[in-house]
Amino acid sequence: MLQARARAVRARVLRMAHAGRTPHVASALSCVDLLVALYFSVLRIDPAKPEDPDRDRLLLSKGHGCMALYGALAERGFFPEAVLDEYARDGGRLAEHPGPHCVPGIEAATGSLGHGLPIGAGLALAAKVRGANYRVFVVLSDGECYEGSVWEAALFAPAQSLAGLTAIVDYNGWSAMGSTHQAMDPLAEKWRAFGWSVQEIDGHDVEALASVLAAVPFEPGRPSAIIARTVKGKGVSFMENDLEWHYRPPSDHDLQRALLEISG
Amino acid sequence: MRAAFVRGLTAAARLDPRVMLLTSDLGFKIFDEFAGEFPGRFLNVGVAESNMIGVAAGLALGGMRPFAYSIAPFATLRCFEHVRNDVCYHKVAVTIVGLGAGYSYGHNGPTHHSLEDIAVMRALPHMSVVCPGDPVEVEQAVVAAAAHGSPVYLRIGRAGDPVVHRSPVRFEIGRAITLRDGRDCALISTGNMLPMAVEVSDRLGASSISCRVLNMHTVKPLDEAALRACATETRALFTLEEHSRIGGLGSAIAEWLAMNRVSCPLYLFGAEDSFAPCTGSQAYLRALCGLTPEHVAESIASRLASVRSC
Repeated sequence: MLQARARAVRARVLRMAHAGRTPHVASALSCVDLLVALYFSVLRIDPAKPEDPDRDRLLLSKGHGCMALYGALAERGFFPEAVLDEYARDGGRLAEHPGPHCVPGIEAATGSLGHGLPIGAGLALAAKVRGANYRVFVVLSDGECYEGSVWEAALFAPAQSLAGLTAIVDYNGWSAMGSTHQAMDPLAEKWRAFGWSVQEIDGHDVEALASVLAAVPFEPGRPSAIIARTVKGKGVSFMENDLEWHYRPPSDHDLQRALLEISG
Repeated sequence: MRAAFVRGLTAAARLDPRVMLLTSDLGFKIFDEFAGEFPGRFLNVGVAESNMIGVAAGLALGGMRPFAYSIAPFATLRCFEHVRNDVCYHKVAVTIVGLGAGYSYGHNGPTHHSLEDIAVMRALPHMSVVCPGDPVEVEQAVVAAAAHGSPVYLRIGRAGDPVVHRSPVRFEIGRAITLRDGRDCALISTGNMLPMAVEVSDRLGASSISCRVLNMHTVKPLDEAALRACATETRALFTLEEHSRIGGLGSAIAEWLAMNRVSCPLYLFGAEDSFAPCTGSQAYLRALCGLTPEHVAESIASRLASVRSC
């Protein structure tokens, strides 16, 4: 069932990138399975009550992957399918990076990298101070982990025992111009050294993701980090691990081929 | 102004349980009582301003009313994009407190001076820029900022700023305060230049020049009614700020005059477009760029003489 949701979200991503003629299709495909596991299995949310103060929060810190977020929110019923037609359209609500509360379900405006984790830490701290029970999940990219503010927040959250905070790194191995491995490896060790409780997992195994994410916090009193091994462009053979698709919008022909592939 | 800030914050925190203080490792001992009275509502986030501002935005999104405190350049410039994206773009109730207006950190050097903060903060959508004139105003400005409900930049001095208001004053964000009436000219000051503005007016008065003193403690939004009154009821406007003449109070007023087609001579007193060329106390560095009561009063008198002749 989760796989079917993921296929539906991937199709939306491809259609949005094609219709909007926008880049970042491969970045969005990389995090579809993470978002599907979160929205359809993990998050305590009610699309009918998007402002419920006790809802779990998901922040897509890698804002350029937001086609996956918009697609997942539509699939989850936060807004009608037709809203997706506003993506990258003059006068529309859906930009190539999400604006604050642009549509129901968007918790934070992102787009510049390195902002989601500090905001997420603040939200988790607010829950602690106010005695609220909501949890906060932040999805980052591996390229984003070059940003210093990620590591400022990574120091902060364990020091404040923010067990309600979970960071998920969509580790597809690519930033905008090349491989991230030389700088990032071993990434799990870095987060562990900063005081996080860390698990590494296949970022495309939705069932496994759902069960691992259901287990947070992995240790009492500590924030959790998940290093999700992913493939940039996942699901479309000719987009996988090819940086061209960080930039190139799918043509009519590309779209048809890609849709055929993801429908399996 | 620092002690007044803590008093104001304590008053605000008593009024509103959402008020919280974050500091990026500055304010040794001065927050001890606050932390004792409000457990869980004081937090030293460490030397990490970008994270502090992001955390403040997250706290506000989670229903709190945080104040984020540091020395002014660190609270504004170091983390500028976080202020822009996390605080202003989300339009959340965060107050950023910049300590050490202008040359307050004198001998600490230009890394600690703050001569650009008004310019950059007022360029941000949704941001109110508030520069109280003395400790009495600071105390009330903190309470006003806590109740404001949208982003505020609160620019304060350091320690030892003189008290100007000897009686209680009504402080409202966006509402300027007239301290001296006058018809020949108006001296419009912001922040910690207020005591100097009053002294300049008194000096000019002794030379039979009637100089209005308007304390434009809120640089954004400007008090347009008070400004229009100065421009139409006096013959010339002078602005006084411990800030670069680029982008500060004087610039804001010049923009307003131009956009509203109000014609009135305007001259700006402020810091040069330069870093302090040597080390110096606040008084020394002010004097280097002509920010003394003597120089400002003389300059106004001679400029008014030329306005009179045209």
